[in-house]
Amino acid sequence: MSVGRTLFAATLAGMLALTMSPASSQTLRYANQGDLKSLDPYSLNESTTHAHLGHVYQGLTARDKDLKIIPALAESWETPEPTRWRFHLRKGVKFHNGDPFTADDVLFSADRVRNKNSNMQTRLAPNVKVVKVDDYTVDFVLPSPNPILHSSWDVWYIMDKKWAEENKAVEPTPVSATSPSYASLHENGTGSFIIESHQPGVKTVFKANPNYWGKMEGNLKEIIFTPIASDATRVAALLSGEVDVIEPVPIQDISRVDSSPNAQVLKAPELRTIFIGFDTVRDELLYSNIKGKNPFKDVKVREAFYKAIDIELIKTRVMRGLSTPSALMIAPELFALSKEFTRPKFDPDGAKKLLTEAGYPDGFEVTMDCPNDRYVNDAAICQAVVGMLARIGVKINLLAQPKAQYFAKVLKQGGYQTSFFMLGWTPSTMDSHNVMNDIMGCRDDAKSSRGEANLGGYCNKDFDALTDKVLVETDTNKRNQMIKQAYEISMKDWAYIPLHQQALAWGVSKKVNLPQRADNLVMFHWATKKE
Amino acid sequence: MLAFTLRRALQAIGVMFAVGIIAFSMFRFAGDPVNQIVSIDTPAAEREAVRKSLGLDDPVPVQFVRYFGNAAQFKFGVSYQFRQPVSALLMERMPATLELAICATVFAMVLGILMGVYSALRRDTLLAKLFQAVSLIGISLPTFLIGILLIYLFAVTLGWLPSFGRGEVVKLGWWTTGLLTLSGLKALIMPSITLGLFQMTLIMRLVRAEMLEVLRTDYIRFARARGLTTRAIHFGHALKNTLIPVITMAGLQFGSVIAFSIITETVFQWPGMGILFVQAVQNVDIPIMAAYLLMVSLIFVTINLVVDILYTVVDPRLRSTIGRAA
Repeated sequence: MSVGRTLFAATLAGMLALTMSPASSQTLRYANQGDLKSLDPYSLNESTTHAHLGHVYQGLTARDKDLKIIPALAESWETPEPTRWRFHLRKGVKFHNGDPFTADDVLFSADRVRNKNSNMQTRLAPNVKVVKVDDYTVDFVLPSPNPILHSSWDVWYIMDKKWAEENKAVEPTPVSATSPSYASLHENGTGSFIIESHQPGVKTVFKANPNYWGKMEGNLKEIIFTPIASDATRVAALLSGEVDVIEPVPIQDISRVDSSPNAQVLKAPELRTIFIGFDTVRDELLYSNIKGKNPFKDVKVREAFYKAIDIELIKTRVMRGLSTPSALMIAPELFALSKEFTRPKFDPDGAKKLLTEAGYPDGFEVTMDCPNDRYVNDAAICQAVVGMLARIGVKINLLAQPKAQYFAKVLKQGGYQTSFFMLGWTPSTMDSHNVMNDIMGCRDDAKSSRGEANLGGYCNKDFDALTDKVLVETDTNKRNQMIKQAYEISMKDWAYIPLHQQALAWGVSKKVNLPQRADNLVMFHWATKKE
Repeated sequence: MLAFTLRRALQAIGVMFAVGIIAFSMFRFAGDPVNQIVSIDTPAAEREAVRKSLGLDDPVPVQFVRYFGNAAQFKFGVSYQFRQPVSALLMERMPATLELAICATVFAMVLGILMGVYSALRRDTLLAKLFQAVSLIGISLPTFLIGILLIYLFAVTLGWLPSFGRGEVVKLGWWTTGLLTLSGLKALIMPSITLGLFQMTLIMRLVRAEMLEVLRTDYIRFARARGLTTRAIHFGHALKNTLIPVITMAGLQFGSVIAFSIITETVFQWPGMGILFVQAVQNVDIPIMAAYLLMVSLIFVTINLVVDILYTVVDPRLRSTIGRAA
């Protein structure tokens, strides 16, 4: 026995002796739910990866803390004619290996980002010609006017032509490659940080770039990034002071983090809009007890569903106050006239009446597809919707699945196999055209890519005509009016049920000052840390 | 003897093949890997190109044959998420998992045997009863709960131990070890306890039962009658005879310690093979999932094969029955 007791005492003493060593100042330790899988900036179109690589790579343009487009590697740009954009490149910029940044690198990056192995091909249309005017001027010649050409270029990172050629990384790593390309394990950007070491899935260390061309607002000298997938562990690491910033903080832990002495939660509405959609294409729903017709083709049924959902209840009960109910399919931050829209009121009696008028006095049965690991409290929101629709007599069979199975079923490759679904969308261009084209446009033309993510197939030709006009209209006011008109059409059609914007929740140590950007890109250029 | 070994080896290969078939057919329900590779606004044509480049548009039997052809040559393909060879990823993560598994097993053996012996010898003391209670907790509490409780006590409240990761590691060739640095050792404590607790209680209960059994046997009584010291009887004779089944079980359990480190690794963000597997499942990274399952089954099959062969070496009675059967 004495052996056991001694051992126990020894263990305890050992634990006491091994107290945590304090971290050096200006080193920021950051934990995210996800990994940094590849350092190749064109191999994964995903916001966490863009945020990480945004410390080392830069685009021609950038976005500031309020998402306004600002110059980065391009000092300025103009459109001498509607189909020609001229970018004046910044002089004196050097890549991390010392190579100078010139127009050739922009041309090279334009080819590389449009390569068949790139996951970022949507950044630049294949029919845009990129012309070198001189070493520091590049023209983009378009087949038709496009006022939002550069709107998603803040994450189209420019790469060094010479470096890529020397290291056989001219093409992005194909998904089927048998060995990793040099660019997926090494970086050579122009940004304010340099990656010192990178172990995928374990740890990545960023050091401040001593030769950075600009001035860094923040005071960080080093960032140590570790992925921590488990929610409880990530929160524990923040509370115990082992990391300074975590993303995301799970909703149920927000109050605990806020009540702790050394950390707090930064909250803001995210740009992603969560919404519910209907299959309005098939003549008979795949998963319903109504045979021979599709109830969702009746606009009254869609209106009834919309009005049966108590969005405030979802906000207070399911989202614990951390959501912003939405009237539009795009975040208000991204559309100037969004204030002119209000969400139709919750009206269960009216909904019931509409359903009776539509010929379903006793409701009907339909299956709802829902992810359970993709958006904040996604499955819980769907469960709430099930309960709300039950009150107007509609019986929803909920099929909540992990995203891997969910997307395989409902996306185009799965044959849009859904009758009623929940989805979230952030327009990658930060502009309404993307929403109107990708998720609200008709998908009846097989040759066009319009409506490919329009899982329910909502289709209105007047709406599509406006979408096409919006694409080429260069006058901002006229353009906004067109977008407004289009959204009015879709609301009259009760095309979708926009629910809310979920909240961003970043856990941040009280020693750290970190501006929060609404697109959920955690950027440390402008972060400061106190001693 | 040779025939027996060969037969067992053939059986082992059969088991591996069966695992492969089951695993491969399960992957078809794991979801579509292409969706995890591309983003949601990727056009359909681009998605099809990705699918084709991965060979996912081939008929299932073709994919299966291709996979096993490569696996037999230890080529497990490239991870969809990391775009790196799976074998390299597994090798990189293996030291972390093995180190954790070994520490957990050592912890379980040492404490389990001590507690088992004590509670057998001093059955009615308060401490023995406490050990019994602890062992019940160890058997009934799920691993992730124990892990989180430990984190909240020792990392958040007391701040003694790190809540995640491996600390600083030292490179010895391709092997990385956390045993040579202070932060590495500190990081090992909680995951080892979490992973080893179940084994510890198992060993404790086994030792206690075996010990009680042995203490009742005749040779212990004769030893007492000869006037040997209690210490010599208990530790020299009784414990030694107790340990044979304990060592067998601990050996067999080592396979499951490695396999079940998945949960412990997830809770502590331990950068081993288990967490790699969990992330692979979430992202439908089939090459990693397949290689991991095959590897774990290989570990199990190998351990069992070695134990079987060792038994015949150790126990002559088994050899004669085998001879007759053959």
